[in-house]
Amino acid sequence: MIELRNITKRFGAVLANDGVTIKVRPGTIHAIVGENGAGKSTAMRIAYGFYTADGGEILINGQPQVIRNPHDAIALGIGMVHQHFMLLEPMTVAENIVLGSEPGSAVSLDLKTAAAEIRKVSDEFKLSVDPNATIESLSVGQQQRVELLKALYRRAQLLILDEPTAVLTPQEVEEFFVILRSMREQGKTIVIITHKLSEVLAISDDVTVMRDGKVVGEVKTGETNAAELARLMVGREVLLRVEKPDAKAGAAVLEVKDLTIGTREGAKKLNGVTFEVRAGEIVGIAGVEGNGQTELIEALAGLIPGSHVSGSISFEGKNITNLDARKRKELGIAHVPEDRHRRGLLLDSSLSENTILGVHYRRPAVTGPGNVILDQKAILSRTEQVIRDFDVRPPNPVLHARALSGGNQQKLIIGREFELPPKLLLVSQPTRGVDIGAIEFIHRKIVALRDSGCAVLLVSAELEEVTALSDRLMVIHTGEIVGEVNPKVTSNEEIGLMMTGGGH
Amino acid sequence: MKLLREILFPLIAVIAALIVGGIVVLIIGDSPIQTYKLMFGSAFSWPDGIGYTLFNATPLIFTGLAVAVAFRCGLLNIGAEGQLYIAAFATAWVGIKFGGVVISAPNGAVVNTPYANLPMLVLLPLCCLVAIAAGAIWGGIPGLLKAKFGSHEVINTIMLNFIAVALVSYFTQYLYKIPGDAIMQTAEISGKAHIARLGKFIPGLPERIPVNLAFILAVLACVVVYLLLWKTKWGYEIRATGQNPSAAEYGGISIRKQIILAMAISGGLAGMVGINEVLGYRYRYYDGFSANYGFVGIAVALLGRNHPVGVFLAAILFAILLRGGIFVDAYTVHVSKDIVDMLQGIVIVFVAAEAMFRGPLKKFGFMRKAKI
Repeated sequence: MIELRNITKRFGAVLANDGVTIKVRPGTIHAIVGENGAGKSTAMRIAYGFYTADGGEILINGQPQVIRNPHDAIALGIGMVHQHFMLLEPMTVAENIVLGSEPGSAVSLDLKTAAAEIRKVSDEFKLSVDPNATIESLSVGQQQRVELLKALYRRAQLLILDEPTAVLTPQEVEEFFVILRSMREQGKTIVIITHKLSEVLAISDDVTVMRDGKVVGEVKTGETNAAELARLMVGREVLLRVEKPDAKAGAAVLEVKDLTIGTREGAKKLNGVTFEVRAGEIVGIAGVEGNGQTELIEALAGLIPGSHVSGSISFEGKNITNLDARKRKELGIAHVPEDRHRRGLLLDSSLSENTILGVHYRRPAVTGPGNVILDQKAILSRTEQVIRDFDVRPPNPVLHARALSGGNQQKLIIGREFELPPKLLLVSQPTRGVDIGAIEFIHRKIVALRDSGCAVLLVSAELEEVTALSDRLMVIHTGEIVGEVNPKVTSNEEIGLMMTGGGH
Repeated sequence: MKLLREILFPLIAVIAALIVGGIVVLIIGDSPIQTYKLMFGSAFSWPDGIGYTLFNATPLIFTGLAVAVAFRCGLLNIGAEGQLYIAAFATAWVGIKFGGVVISAPNGAVVNTPYANLPMLVLLPLCCLVAIAAGAIWGGIPGLLKAKFGSHEVINTIMLNFIAVALVSYFTQYLYKIPGDAIMQTAEISGKAHIARLGKFIPGLPERIPVNLAFILAVLACVVVYLLLWKTKWGYEIRATGQNPSAAEYGGISIRKQIILAMAISGGLAGMVGINEVLGYRYRYYDGFSANYGFVGIAVALLGRNHPVGVFLAAILFAILLRGGIFVDAYTVHVSKDIVDMLQGIVIVFVAAEAMFRGPLKKFGFMRKAKI
């Protein structure tokens, strides 16, 4: 169907694609896997006309084609669904889908015909999307189907999906795969970019593995396994399972009682949550994103104004409900935020300035009378230590945080917070957008911190991650803890059901 | 490499502006080379050229720094103009009321008596501090409004400009003018509140040229602002807030406090224009004295990339244009001094359109920023 031949693409000094050759057979699901920065998205963006290649050629059905922009790609029957949806929230499904190729004349928009056409396509692929619903009324999974529908409506024969499952719950992933399979049966060709190996094995026919801009492996899915794929991706053996001894839980460090968080509009983001985290244990919180996890962690870190919070938070037996973020950090509460770009980093500041964020006002970061002058020497040595202990690359303290890959940015944040040193670690999405190699590293560090007696509260949208790391697992749904399970004995399906409000 | 990149774009902008300006001069019918020779020659002549250039640069350094500090905190201070008016008037007021100056009408009737007659050692520092404090308060108000109510500082600083101008005009007209004076200005301040002109210390520089110790103060202000922003925890907090308020909040920094602080510092710096104007130049508050210093300060900060060194250089450049413009106006056949406004405008357009240059430069490997 589509073939990339010897595609080369350079961004400045970085060779993002180096002689990439990928052949996708028609009527198959083809997975492209690789770590962040391996060049998989770049290759597919070239295929979709977002970038032009510096060298190489693209063949569609055996014919060399020039794809200068997405319009060319659409005309050739290529559709792409991005990781971040490109939908206009207040508008209807039909309006979103026809956007850019509006039917009707210049002055009138013929949405009725379009809606009928959309319904037909939707039924054909069992997408069950109502063309007249507004986007904001749809769930994330349904919005994704709208994106699919958008491509199908434009008669795409080849669909490129960039990390499509990142935003879905386990159940939604299952439904999504059913749709993909039915699309394959109807003769569509699908390219799926991902880094989740279990999904690759579940859905694809062929796999192309990329590393450092090159194709390092092409295998039939039936003839490979997760360990081999991981090894190809990283370039060395990778431990896929988290190895940890049983927790030796001590005294309660964090006690949360009846924690309720309202917003100014009066909606409750968190409703009467009560739990405790003891020293030396990892308590996980599983849940579909947007069910109050963000607010819970931010409230515990002291980042939500007290007027919105009711209930009590105790740390080592002391009520800290009214302490601000700085005071809580001083007590030993570390926080790895879920969104490292928004909360965690000063992207245009050096690694040094980033490693002192939160402790920048006290020794050893400052010196002199009144602790006013930044102690550049002490800051540098602290930074070098974090870089060394957490394997941050490139190991250059004057580099801006923006210049690091996602994994290294995350290691920098985790290093900074571990340096506190913490008695309680609040960690949210610790490995989002992080390479497999770094995931392994981060998981080991969190377990080691636990074993040193720190209490850990972990939130992750990756069910596999929370079940693998947690000693106890709580499930959150619409701002309430709907149950606590033993992650060792509870199946993912059961947890998934609880996450969506079913079961228990 | 980094330094080169920092200087490169402003430099290209200036050169490009000069080229475009040259073309315009050519079209008007004069020689660009002659015009520029006149412009820069007059700005660098000794002693008048250099003296006046430095004098013109002084207020622009203060306002440029003011805008830069606010900008580093993520705030746009459009209100330097109002802040410097309030500050200039306040310092004149202290120079009159605490300098033992009696304002009397030509017929001898006393209209305004002083509160005190302070000695110079007290009065002069007090005048300086009052200028800074008045500017800081006037700048701090929009900071406070933003921190407390979230109202936008751009709107509030613009509005406060109008209020400031009207307020000081009112006080000048009704309370501190010598009755019968046709000019909108206060009475003269006490001689003990004057600061020395540089001519007093530099041989060959006559004292009639108004460049004064405030210029030295401006250079010091550059140094202090640099140290504050990059070498202290306070500066760290200001910059962190400006770069990423969410991350700053996460780092235990009170954003509200930083907004008020940065606006107050910004206002204080703008207020120092009053020291140059009142204590070093006219020795009185003269209504409408500012040649848009507060607004040109925005351009200065922009061209100077919000860095004290850049602000200093940009202020000098704009001062050269101001000085040179007068001579271009007088000695060329067709070109008027409006060319200065034009050049300033083009510089700003080019600086603002930095992205335009980024493209071609990237090809030559000047920019190394890749996203995969």
